[in-house]
Amino acid sequence: MGQKHEISDETIEYVGILAQLEIDDTQKEKAKKDIGEMLDYIDKLNELDTEGLEPMTHIFPIQNVFREDEVTNDDGKEDTLANAPVKKDGGFKVPKTIEG
Amino acid sequence: MSREYETVIGLEVHVELATKTKIFCGCKTEFGGAINSHTCPICTGMPGALPILNKKVVEFAMAVGLATNCDITRLCKFDRKNYFYPDNPQDYQISQLYLPICRNGKVEIEVGDVKKEIGIHEIHMEEDAGKLVHDEWEDISIVDYNRSGVPLIEIVSEPDMRSADEVIAYLEKLRHTIQYLGASDCKLNEGSMRADVNISVREVGKKEFGTRTEMKNLNSFKAITHAIEGERARQIELLEMGKDVIQETRRWDDNKESSSSMRSKEDAKDYRYFPDPDLPPVSISEEWIKKIKDSQPELREEKLVRYETEYEIPKYDAEILTETRQVAELFEETSKLCDNTKMVSNFILGEMFRLLKEKDMDGTKIPFSPEHFAKLVKMVDKGVINIVVAKEVFEVLFKEDIDPEEYVKAHDLGVISDENELSEVIDRILAENPQSVEDYKGGKGKALGFLVGQTMKAMKGKAAPQKVNELLHSKLD
Amino acid sequence: MSLMDKTAYSVGQMIKEKQVSVTEVVEETLKTIEEKDKQVGGFLTVAKEEAVEEAKKIQALLEDGKLQGPLAGVPIAIKDNINTKGIKTTCASKILYNFVPTFDATAVQNLKTAGGIVVGKTNMDEFAMGSTTETSAYKITRNPWNLDHVPGGSSGGSCAAVAAREVLCALGSDTGGSIRQPSSYCGVTGIKPTYGTVSRYGLIAYGASLDQIGPVAKDVRDCAALLETIASYDKFDSTSMARKQYDFTSALTRDVKGLKVGIPRDYLKEGIDEDVKGAILAAAKVLEKEGAIIEEFDLDLVDYAIPAYYVVASAEASSNLARFDGVKYGYRTKEYENLHEMYKKTRSEGFGEEVKRRIMLGSFVLSSGYYDAYYLKALKVKRLIKEAFDKAFEKYDVLLGPVAPTTAPEIGKSLTDPLKMYLGDIYTVSINLAGLPAMSLPCGFGKNGLPIGLQIIGNCFKEKDVIRAGYTFEQATEEKYIQKGRV
Repeated sequence: MGQKHEISDETIEYVGILAQLEIDDTQKEKAKKDIGEMLDYIDKLNELDTEGLEPMTHIFPIQNVFREDEVTNDDGKEDTLANAPVKKDGGFKVPKTIEG
Repeated sequence: MSREYETVIGLEVHVELATKTKIFCGCKTEFGGAINSHTCPICTGMPGALPILNKKVVEFAMAVGLATNCDITRLCKFDRKNYFYPDNPQDYQISQLYLPICRNGKVEIEVGDVKKEIGIHEIHMEEDAGKLVHDEWEDISIVDYNRSGVPLIEIVSEPDMRSADEVIAYLEKLRHTIQYLGASDCKLNEGSMRADVNISVREVGKKEFGTRTEMKNLNSFKAITHAIEGERARQIELLEMGKDVIQETRRWDDNKESSSSMRSKEDAKDYRYFPDPDLPPVSISEEWIKKIKDSQPELREEKLVRYETEYEIPKYDAEILTETRQVAELFEETSKLCDNTKMVSNFILGEMFRLLKEKDMDGTKIPFSPEHFAKLVKMVDKGVINIVVAKEVFEVLFKEDIDPEEYVKAHDLGVISDENELSEVIDRILAENPQSVEDYKGGKGKALGFLVGQTMKAMKGKAAPQKVNELLHSKLD
Repeated sequence: MSLMDKTAYSVGQMIKEKQVSVTEVVEETLKTIEEKDKQVGGFLTVAKEEAVEEAKKIQALLEDGKLQGPLAGVPIAIKDNINTKGIKTTCASKILYNFVPTFDATAVQNLKTAGGIVVGKTNMDEFAMGSTTETSAYKITRNPWNLDHVPGGSSGGSCAAVAAREVLCALGSDTGGSIRQPSSYCGVTGIKPTYGTVSRYGLIAYGASLDQIGPVAKDVRDCAALLETIASYDKFDSTSMARKQYDFTSALTRDVKGLKVGIPRDYLKEGIDEDVKGAILAAAKVLEKEGAIIEEFDLDLVDYAIPAYYVVASAEASSNLARFDGVKYGYRTKEYENLHEMYKKTRSEGFGEEVKRRIMLGSFVLSSGYYDAYYLKALKVKRLIKEAFDKAFEKYDVLLGPVAPTTAPEIGKSLTDPLKMYLGDIYTVSINLAGLPAMSLPCGFGKNGLPIGLQIIGNCFKEKDVIRAGYTFEQATEEKYIQKGRV
């Protein structure tokens, strides 16, 4: 029942970079198949003529939800770091971010 | 034989807005807090937290847009820019791609005597990232989210600039405008204004643009100038060798005076922008625009014209007086109170800028009031103190914002013009300097100046010079 | 009748009338959870000490006359994707295995203010992605009606716990049917409110434009009371709607005379089990007998809701779940050479298969070159679907249909074919796309003895129509479908 969307290795690897997910070779085949099948199914949307329609992000036309520029928060350090997997000197410790 | 190239430059300028709180939460924006102290669940991307838009950010963005002749987008929206980096706590940045708040503006710059228009493609609102502190010893980085969520506007120019001078004139223009609006202090060296420079070269006469590169990490005019020169040379060299310029982001190292590519394999540069479902659109009405327009202060270029015509101040002086809105306001308010524009201007241009420089200040904070300043000028005007004393008092005024009247009184610095008192001192000076008296009588006019000086010295500078002159003449002639 | 077999509303009454103390209710609840949850597996965390402590406080407040609401002193279970301050909240994911929120979700805050007592956190499909609760990283939750079957999902833990009478009521969340479908499978009542009715602040987002927190309980009255308690305009959720009225319990009247009820013809077409279809049609007859006007009609675009939903939900999920990267909270992989390896390993080890599948799909449909074709297309279809419902509600007050095409499947039979599993969401996802309120309530049993749910869909902000119709059905059938599971 041949899949219309043949997902290439490059595409899956690219998606892996975008999503920051490691996809090993066994998972790769499954992922290619799953995404291909989903896309085939999603193609059903192309049966509908949506020419000129405004895409609908928000279901209700709410606009202009603001806060005033007033300080409401105290020192949040403790809560911010409460769940840190690795911390150091009051901050989150991560591998070095600038390329040597 | 060698071909001639022209440099084509467009700028992306990030400006931190001068709000009290962050763009999507009630945390402080001020500098200097302990690491991660100005944070909450919203600006650290905690699971379940949601953004709430700071109205002031919209108003500042509108004000800058209006001052740079932009069209204001009546219905603008926020989009998510998706990319992974530790300084970006949600791993997406809330920004505007599809419907930015301002579009299609322009500003006029002047280089030498040549005026030129620089187009503004768009201005959008977005959130700043946190800060990464690099620990060289341990080979790690530490994330501080105090800056995360500080509001930014990004001003994207058209590729209308052709030289570093034009770039700097454009940046100065933006800085002056935005500072006057009170929307930011725009300090390149502190990072409240940051410029990314898009550069390409093309042979003179060609219509199509060359491939551009984006240069980052430019935090002084000097670095910008060097980076433009360096990148121009690099691109021309590539083209001359028959190679292609690669479209990429490069990082300028001002110490090495060279740039390096920031590309990496893990960096797909595909930001997957989509409308943020957590933030409803912002609808901007005519009334709102009018309100912002009406509250817009007189901008620098308007002041420059007015200073020349209304106060008859030379252009060069006017440019210094209007360097910051605060200095211009000091000048105008003091002038209004004391009615001696010339002297006010002289004090500011001379004494005040000397003191600012000594104190390493930049004219965005004036440490004394125009009321006190005006009193000082009036006292000179009325001959209550002389100019020598006035300069001394100004220095105290600058440092402590004293009331000059009280200060002069308390320190007994008023001019002495009492004839008896002066006469007594002059008689003593004449007696002590018989040679000078003789010289004067012998026709050496210079000797009189020496005697005036001696008298002033004896009076600790407080004697009224006019009176001293009169008395000397009457005693000697 | 044991305390746990009563409704939350009546236990609330008993507390007020001092027939039972808050502590007794909480103790009884904790005891029942301990006994039954070994079989059912509805809970991920039982907040025993916190609940016992809280019971004392609430009792004192009641005695001081400071709490009036119907749910004061009532223990409540919370789905594990809703933040509870100081109580672990994992989204049933390894990536949040140790996450303890520093703030309560607004819905939880509202519950607490009304005197509700959090007794624990319930199992779910990881990050609410799934229809069986089998994608949980921690445990299998079983259907109290037949332990070999799934409870549905993603709010399977909440629904199973209520069905097993381990707890009087619970909160769930519904992005594409996650309250209604497990309610249907477990024979309990659940409401997905109009988008914006219950604050999303503190709900760990899956599909932000679709997510709503809602009540799960034994009957319509409890659901209405619970919804009334948690719903509020919240300035911390910019998509929250300031509604004129939140008095949902005022709609608890047996009165559907003249109520115009539409049944989408496509909902009863191929793919639906005969016994499910039969139960729905029988329920319609009940309402007709009560005076409602029943009509079948053609609802447009029924077949397009699932593809549109999976594009929108996956796209949003790919962005919403980016923050789980090992930097700020939760799981971080043990060994890594550099930043990108840390990200990739953390996320690959921390997320389960279904979550990764949706993140990948979502990243793909947003990526350069595909955004217009997939994401924008889906948002345009969303508009068409909303318009189709608008058209339907010009003629009808409420719509009636099944919640799912079948009763609860057996454990282990669903995950192998994701697409087939997604197709089971056909009657629920369009409601989220259109932001509508809908209720699932028990209306019968399949041949296998498993419960069947009836879905009542209202127009936006018309929860009261839904509640009135549901309550009328319950009364007319003498609450005969409100039964506890067999554990």
